Amino acid sequence: MEDITTLDNRLSIEKSSPGRRALKFKGRLKHSAPPIPENLRRKTAPRLAELSEFDVVRHFTRLSKINFSLDSHFYPLGSCTMKYNPRVNEDIAALDGFTGLHPMAPDEAAQGTLECLYNLQTLLCELCGMEAITLQPAAGAHGEFAGLMAAKAYFAHKNQKDRVEVIVPDSAHGTNPASAAMLGFSSINIDSGPDGRVDLEVLKRHLGPKTAVVMLTIPNTLGIFESGIETISKMVHEAGALVYMDGANFNAMIGMIKPGELGVDIMHLNMHKTFSTPHGGGGPGAGAIAVKKYLDAYLPVPVIKKEGNRYCADFNRPLSIGKVKAFFGNTGVLLKAYAYLLMHSPRELGEISENAIINANYAKALLKDYYPSHSKDHCMHECVLAPSPEMMAKEITTLDVAKRLLDYGFHAPTIYFPHIAHEAIMIEPTETETRETVEEFASAMKKISAEALNNPQKLKDAPQTMPVKRLDEVQAARQPNLRW
Amino acid sequence: MFIGNTKKDREEMLKTIGVNSFKDLVKQVPEKFLYPEFKLPQEGLDEMQTASAMRELAARNKQLKSFVGAGAYERYIPAALKALLSRGEFLTAYTPYQPEASQGILQTIYEYQSSMAALYEMDYGNASMYDGASSFAEAVRSAVRITGRKKVLIAQSVHPQYLQTLKTYFPPGEDYKFVQIPHKDGCLDLEKLEGLLDRETACAALQSPNFFGLAEDFSKVSALTKAKGALFVAAADPVSLALFTAPGAQGADFAVGEGQGLGLPLNYGGPYLGIFTCKKEYLRQMPGRLAGMTKDKNGKRGFVLTLQAREQHIRRDKASSNICSNEALCALGATIYLALLGPGGLKELAQANFDAAHAAAERLCSIKGVSLKFKGPFFNEFTLALPCAAKELRSRLIEKENIDPGLPLKDFYPELGETLLVCATETKTEKDIARLEKAVREATA
Repeated sequence: MEDITTLDNRLSIEKSSPGRRALKFKGRLKHSAPPIPENLRRKTAPRLAELSEFDVVRHFTRLSKINFSLDSHFYPLGSCTMKYNPRVNEDIAALDGFTGLHPMAPDEAAQGTLECLYNLQTLLCELCGMEAITLQPAAGAHGEFAGLMAAKAYFAHKNQKDRVEVIVPDSAHGTNPASAAMLGFSSINIDSGPDGRVDLEVLKRHLGPKTAVVMLTIPNTLGIFESGIETISKMVHEAGALVYMDGANFNAMIGMIKPGELGVDIMHLNMHKTFSTPHGGGGPGAGAIAVKKYLDAYLPVPVIKKEGNRYCADFNRPLSIGKVKAFFGNTGVLLKAYAYLLMHSPRELGEISENAIINANYAKALLKDYYPSHSKDHCMHECVLAPSPEMMAKEITTLDVAKRLLDYGFHAPTIYFPHIAHEAIMIEPTETETRETVEEFASAMKKISAEALNNPQKLKDAPQTMPVKRLDEVQAARQPNLRW
Repeated sequence: MFIGNTKKDREEMLKTIGVNSFKDLVKQVPEKFLYPEFKLPQEGLDEMQTASAMRELAARNKQLKSFVGAGAYERYIPAALKALLSRGEFLTAYTPYQPEASQGILQTIYEYQSSMAALYEMDYGNASMYDGASSFAEAVRSAVRITGRKKVLIAQSVHPQYLQTLKTYFPPGEDYKFVQIPHKDGCLDLEKLEGLLDRETACAALQSPNFFGLAEDFSKVSALTKAKGALFVAAADPVSLALFTAPGAQGADFAVGEGQGLGLPLNYGGPYLGIFTCKKEYLRQMPGRLAGMTKDKNGKRGFVLTLQAREQHIRRDKASSNICSNEALCALGATIYLALLGPGGLKELAQANFDAAHAAAERLCSIKGVSLKFKGPFFNEFTLALPCAAKELRSRLIEKENIDPGLPLKDFYPELGETLLVCATETKTEKDIARLEKAVREATA
């Protein structure tokens, strides 16, 4: 990374000068309407920066440079699937024919976009081994919410309103219990077995007439496949409940395993993970919920249908849970996912999973003498490690390792998650990284391990090469400064 | 595609891992589940073929001269905005969980929060929600949580899809009560609001400019809600706020909006931008991420994600919302757009919208049998009463003239009869409006 410590860190408002302007609108259409009445008129102008266009371009270009990104850095963030974002997707989604389409345009005017969305629905259903799908949710958590809501509607329709519990393993993403709670379910947290998998005995104890849904992440957040999934699904179904799969880790299964065949009833997909759309600094993503046919009727509207040669957005679904956002889903993101799928045969999709799994196991193997793994098994697309006991004896924490990695030019892995793994370092290289990158990363991790033993202060003082040193998060929370 | 490792790489890596073949790595997966049959095209396209196929599909959408608004507005998108937003450093960054390596994104979030708080005249804004409708729903959820009450009053003039989304955000079967406040000549009936407000009411949820395009006077609302211990949730279009009173100045407790109009493309409904702001007393009830300014250990200014104890990754089932991924890049787009406009440019833009819509309304109302359905002041769209069937008029103009004249309201509000919600933003010229007038005149003759 270039030396950016000398760049100024003023806010745009601090660069503002009264009267300075970038964009102008000179067109004036004539009319004879009276001015806005006094009681409705804004009295004081909003406090926004006044800048020239050049100021704006330079301000934001500078900000872009004091930031890690996938294009510039390796991001082995477990559970986040930071894989390469193909540029052709960006070109395609930016085509005027797509971007200019109004969400209330009638179907006749939207045939191109509707065809893409319909085809994407079909492809995703087949990849998941599911029978119906909606592309409405704007993100994964939004999908969880809509999927659980569909389950709730399903049980209400079957007159089983007393199914009020959602069972979630302790290794689950935080969004799982949060989504369940938003829908008024009580979320039952169950302890994982010693190997990180669902403990069948524990699950059995909690399953019953009150269970609505069991939410599983497959592979789970320890990067382990739920080997007993067939038995689990059978148990859940026998209890009259449904199996929900958090599809955040579908990057380890695509083209290789169909969740529908595992007994999954509902699952969500994240376009911004497995399907290569960029994360944009935190969003936008796009979700999808795929279900078995008995849940189809409850999916949010609209669903894209094909009637003869015509595509249409179907709002006429009386049992639907309704809308989860205005208009259609995050179409611009979905188009990128569709383009990505067009470029892959089933075999090539399988190679995604295979390479993701090989890269993760390779990282784990290279680091095995320095950072012990939480699990003895081979991992799927990600592995969970921890600093060695020798490092911890020097009072080195995972946070120290993470901060020191930044100095070596690597984004830190996901840390302290899953909560069940002590001092977790969760590494997901993804399939788009080469072995050389994984080796360079491992070599930096090894150097850090040596530093921890010989000069632990170096880790405590890290990062040294970033635009700022470690930041005072306590003050940020105690005296929130959230705006200019 | 996009995989770097060669066959030789993989073989050597497997050897280092200590297995003979890939199959040995996935023994934890029961074999019968591996490599099922996929009924998919057996060949992937190359990049050129993909681009060409997608261009063809894009061309299959009709390029209409569109006068539809209804919550999503055609906007000119400045070149500098496109250039900055497509920078890989922004596009391909992740959520700024490692603040020292994410100062750029964090500062842009801080600037976004500041811009939204300033525009809405509210104390604080968050880092973004999915869209206007989900922001609206989350604000009402916050009000329900804060007051512990279950009755929600919603103006009938709120965007119908916001209302639908709101209802989805409250699970059925838990005795939540949604009561619509009728409109009077297109605007909130204040007397009805007063009559409906009681000690059971969590909030009154309103919108201005409302779905009919009318700018509303909410100055008396907060006194009424306060008297009953209820909250006031206001939705507002951000561009309209350059001219019209902001929710904060009207005493709103939560103010939300659809941020698409701040320089984002229409994109058939997304990705958009959920603006979410509140009064300071509700800060800790806010859903979503927040960036805060702080210092590093040398005292240098820096930014971090803060107050995360509200969020799902910490609080799990006790979180204020389940939101994780938000619309960060869209929020950045809005921030850059506002930086390019400044307060002066934003006012000019809003005025250009006001002028285009009023010019269109005047021309259309010169047609026999065509008139404004409501008398109140409007911003950039208006409800037109027609002497003929609105849906047929729309189909005919789309087919024959390549013009989408507006959205028929009959499906949403049957009682309004044959009406069209017509929008003209700054992108419409005198010539466009003359074309619309001519087409409607001929079709209604």
